[in-house]
Amino acid sequence: MIELRDIHKAFGRNHVLRGVTLTVPKGESMVIIGGSGTGKSVLLKCILGLVRPDAGQILIEGEDASRAEREAFLARFGMLFQGGALFDSLPVWQNVAFRLMRGATKRPKAEAREIAIEKLRRVGLKPEVADLFPAELSGGMQKRVGLARAIAADPEIIFFDEPTTGLDPIMAGVINELIREIVVEMGATAMTITHDMSSVRAIADDVAMLHGGVIQWTGPVADMDHSGDPYLDQFIHGRAEGPIEAVR
Amino acid sequence: MILLNPVGALGRAVLGGLAAVGRLALYLGATLYAMVRPPFYFREFGHAVWVIGYNSLPVVGLTAIFTGAALALQIYEGGSRFNAGQVVPSIVAIGMARELGPVMAGLMVAARVSSSIAAEIGTMKVTEQIDALVTLSTDPMRYLTVPRVLAATVTVPVLVAVGDSIGIFGGYLVGTQSLGLNAAAYLRNTADYLEIWDVTSGLVKGAAFGFLIALVGCYFGMNSGRGAQGVGAATKSAVVAASVLVLAANYILTTLFFAA
Repeated sequence: MIELRDIHKAFGRNHVLRGVTLTVPKGESMVIIGGSGTGKSVLLKCILGLVRPDAGQILIEGEDASRAEREAFLARFGMLFQGGALFDSLPVWQNVAFRLMRGATKRPKAEAREIAIEKLRRVGLKPEVADLFPAELSGGMQKRVGLARAIAADPEIIFFDEPTTGLDPIMAGVINELIREIVVEMGATAMTITHDMSSVRAIADDVAMLHGGVIQWTGPVADMDHSGDPYLDQFIHGRAEGPIEAVR
Repeated sequence: MILLNPVGALGRAVLGGLAAVGRLALYLGATLYAMVRPPFYFREFGHAVWVIGYNSLPVVGLTAIFTGAALALQIYEGGSRFNAGQVVPSIVAIGMARELGPVMAGLMVAARVSSSIAAEIGTMKVTEQIDALVTLSTDPMRYLTVPRVLAATVTVPVLVAVGDSIGIFGGYLVGTQSLGLNAAAYLRNTADYLEIWDVTSGLVKGAAFGFLIALVGCYFGMNSGRGAQGVGAATKSAVVAASVLVLAANYILTTLFFAA
C-alpha cells in the first residue's frame, strides 16, 4: 500500500504540489490524471526519492520512505519512463537485465540474459531484438523494452509515466493492454500518470485527478463518468470551457 | 541593463562565479566520497579508459609533433642570435616534458573529452536516463562520474608521455632535416640534459589535468538544463571551464614544482 500524506513541493515560486493526500491499496491500479504541468511526474518522483518533497510523509507498506534503506527500498519498484529512458550505450537485453547484473539481485550473465529475453517475449518482442541497441528501435518498441526493464526484477510496485505518449492509437492500445495484463498477473500495485483517457479506462481500478496541487477527485474508474465534479467532467470530455483555465 | 547598473552586474557575475566554484567543490567532495565506497564499476572504467585515453592518441600525437617541430625552429632562430643554436635539443626536450607536452595534451583532452562527457551525461539527464539509473538502485556518481574521472586521471599522464616523445621526435626531425644538426649529437644532447624530474613533473601535471577535465565534464553534464539548448550550454561551459582550469592548474603546479 502506498500512502501519501499532505505532500508539498515548490520549485522557486512555482508551488506545484499543495498538499497531496492519496492512498493506493496493495494490488490496485491507480491512475493519476491531470493537465500538463500539474505535477503528476513530480509526485511519482517524490515517492521514488528522485525529488525531495518540502513537506509531507510518504509511507510504503506503513514504512516511511525517507527513512528506508535506499537500495532495498528501490528494489521494490519498477518504473516505465515517459521516453523509455533506455541506456543508449547498452544493448537491449542489458537494459532489461540492468538490475539483474548489479547489486543485491546480481546473478550470472547467462541467467540474466535468459530472464531478459523472457521478459522481452512477455512484452511481445522477439529474442532477435535483444542484441540491438535502443537507437535501432521504433518508439513503440522502446516503450516495450522500457516496460520489460520495469518488470525484470518482479517488483511489488510499478510506476508508468505517460505510457502511451507519442504512440499511434493502435500501439497505445497494445501497451495499455500489456500494462493491464502484467499488473494483474504480477499482482503488483501500479501507479500510472497520463492524460490519455483511453489509457485510464484500460488500466485503472481507481482514478485520482490532480489539479491545483491537490487531489481534486478520487474514486473507482466506474464512478468517473458520473462524479458530478465539474473539473473531472471538463477533463475527461476535453472541453475548452469549464472551471479549468485552458490557458495556463 | 549592464550599462545602467555596471556595479550590480559585476556583483552578480562575481556572486554567480563564486556559487559555481562552491557547487563544483561540493561535487568534487561527492566524487571523492563515491570513489572510496563500493561498488566499483570495472567495465565502465575500462570503457572510459578506451574512449578517453586510446581515442585521444591521434589528436595528442598530431598536436605534439607540430608543437615540437615549431619549438625547434623557434629555439634555433632565437638561439642563433647569440650563437647558441646548439641548445635546440635540450630546450625542446625540457620544454616539451615540463610544459608543452602536458599543457597541449591537457587542452586537447579538455576540448575532446570534457565536451563529449558533458554532452553524453547531459543527454542522459534530459532523457531521464539518470533518473532511470537511480530507480535501478545504481548511484550515478559511482556509475558515471567515478569511472570517467579515474580513467582520465590514469590515462592523461600516458598521453602526456606519448606527446612528449612525439614532440621531441618532431624537434629532432626539424633539427636534423632542416636545420642541419647532427642526428647522433641531437639524441645525445636530449638524453644528457633531460632529467627524470622534468618528465615526472609533466606526468603529475597530466594526472591533475585529467582529473579536472573529467570532473568538470561530469559536473556540467549532471547539471545540464533542459532540452538541446541545455545540453549545448552544458557542453560549452564544460570545455571553457576545463580549458581555463588546465591552464590555471598548470601555473599553480609549475609554481609548486619549480619556483618553491
